[in-house]
Amino acid sequence: MANLLGGIATSHIPAIGVAMDKGLEETPYWKDFFDAYPPVRDWLYTQEPDIAIIFYNDHGLEFFHDRKPTFAIGASELYENADEGWGIAEIPPVTGETELSWHIVNHLIEHDFDITVCQEMKVDHGLTVPLTLMWPGHKYGHIKVIPVAINCERHPMPKPSRCYAFGKAIGDAVRSFSGDQKVVVMGTGGLSHQLDGQRAGYINKPFDLYCMDKIVNEPELLTQFTNYELVEKAGAQGVELNMWLAMRGALENEGSLKELHRSYHLPISNTGAGLQLLATNNAR
Amino acid sequence: MAKIIGGVTTSHIPAIANAMANGLEETPYWKPFFDGYPPVRDWLNEQKPDVIILFYNDHGLEFFIDKKPTFAMGVADEYYNSDEGWGIPTIPPVTGESELSWHIANSLVEDGFDMTICQEMKVDHGLTVPLNLMWPGHNYGHVKVIPVCINCEQHPMPQPKRTLALGQAIGRAVESFDDDLKVVVFGTGGMSHQLDGERAGFINRAFDIECLDKLVSDPESLTKYSNYDLVELGGAQAVELNMLIAMRGALLGEVTELHRNYHAPISNTGSGLMLLENK
Amino acid sequence: MASQGSIPGTIMLDGPMATKGYPLNKMCYSFNNASARDEFRTDEEAYYEKFKLTEEQKQAMRQRDVIGMLEAGGSIYYLAKFAGILGLNVQDVGGLQTGMTTDEFKAFLVKQGEV
Repeated sequence: MANLLGGIATSHIPAIGVAMDKGLEETPYWKDFFDAYPPVRDWLYTQEPDIAIIFYNDHGLEFFHDRKPTFAIGASELYENADEGWGIAEIPPVTGETELSWHIVNHLIEHDFDITVCQEMKVDHGLTVPLTLMWPGHKYGHIKVIPVAINCERHPMPKPSRCYAFGKAIGDAVRSFSGDQKVVVMGTGGLSHQLDGQRAGYINKPFDLYCMDKIVNEPELLTQFTNYELVEKAGAQGVELNMWLAMRGALENEGSLKELHRSYHLPISNTGAGLQLLATNNAR
Repeated sequence: MAKIIGGVTTSHIPAIANAMANGLEETPYWKPFFDGYPPVRDWLNEQKPDVIILFYNDHGLEFFIDKKPTFAMGVADEYYNSDEGWGIPTIPPVTGESELSWHIANSLVEDGFDMTICQEMKVDHGLTVPLNLMWPGHNYGHVKVIPVCINCEQHPMPQPKRTLALGQAIGRAVESFDDDLKVVVFGTGGMSHQLDGERAGFINRAFDIECLDKLVSDPESLTKYSNYDLVELGGAQAVELNMLIAMRGALLGEVTELHRNYHAPISNTGSGLMLLENK
Repeated sequence: MASQGSIPGTIMLDGPMATKGYPLNKMCYSFNNASARDEFRTDEEAYYEKFKLTEEQKQAMRQRDVIGMLEAGGSIYYLAKFAGILGLNVQDVGGLQTGMTTDEFKAFLVKQGEV
């Protein structure tokens, strides 16, 4: 069976991609943020995962309102990034895989998740920024990525409890796969932020810290929120916490987790930026 | 309060559209098929539903396998048909309805159905043939349509138990809508048929009749079938039975069969027309 | 979900708002392509017509009124692509919506870390 090594939660804001392109990591604005990443990179380097399942949300590159899936999952050998319209540099293609992807797809349909299955999809900064953060210099070609997109843009959005159950089903699918691949899951986005409206700029540090605290051993305290409550407490785009919850759900049946890293920094662009690493007993 | 007053099962094969476009309804091949429809048309004209919720499957007009939804639904105020590549005439736009559609979408996502929600979508023969069968001469513009599209093309497909649950959730959503609307639900496609492979042409009349019976009296019993079973018993495209099951799920009241006409073959299929009243 | 208002300064992009906003969002979605951005720059009015924007949406666009665009059903993810054409980042857009200068808006962000 394939093994889940752990989960990583990270911000995915486009400004990070721009900062890395321009080599700004050591500037005063960015230093504290980037200084948090080496321990997580080192862990990935040591663990040598084969596959990364990445929960993210598309921001209008692949999906538009004409056909907006609640949950979409890729099953392709390759994913391309593309022009998102406001000048973040395009990055080299992302390696995919199809065997575990289809296995997960079958498992999800069997367990009543009504996903959109994508044999071709463009992946935006929600997925590419975390990859670049973990393997700087675009050195992520060796890792096979399974993109999983969650609607965080237009209501109705899947509830936190549904996102957690979705992640849990994906974790179960990984464990029931006959290969011996090593898998990490990533929950990207968040934490609190609001881009739109007179309330733009809203950040809720205490709530973000609460989420990072509870997600380790008491995720049920977070899955009981409605999306309305998440908007209220964490801002209009604070619903991106749902990706973190899906990641955590995937680890649900792994037994005890070790929190190997946690950091939080604000503001990065308009957000509270969290980074967290949870390892399972499968990790070395 | 909106109310689902009934349900209809009907075939949606493209050959029907060609037959109607060419005025072949009275020819020996087609007569037994078309003769089944007037009672259903009469009932619809008497009842005057405001909205039709129409379960169908897209056959590669709107959706391709780059992004194939399990369940998709429209929330637009208008839908267009378009060239499907093999010569059935394109028909006038279909009227949509966004308020009840969004109400249903909200309710479904809240209930844990992971809908793909479409503010613009092209509708293919799976939806347009049934509309034209019920209102010949493309006289369907007055009725508002909510398209609900179920993947019947590429495995894995949603299982009968899931499509029944989808129909039930839609039934609950409609009944919780404030406006006084009369709604009829269509389940289209099927019944037994297989287009592909050495087994092409397979039809199972006994299985079709049994399914129609069970749709009336005991729809839960159909959820014992997996999609694999449906393919085995009814042919590769018999998974379209899922649309009929979803339709039946939406009828939450006391159901009475008002009309039935089974005829095989039409094109390569067993065609099951049935009208159910929901009280 | 209420379309408007129970969280101050926040417009929920729900079904009715997304229905209203569809032409505006579709236009902004096209800005993923450089050629579309050029076409827009060449003749904004013609580009509004191409996507059948409502008068409310056209007015908000002409006046670069971000709140107006949101009230007309705009989704911030697509509006961000329009902001890109103007060379504005999300702090600039934040300032425009809250009546602050960009620097004031940035200071406001920093302040929320001091709790």
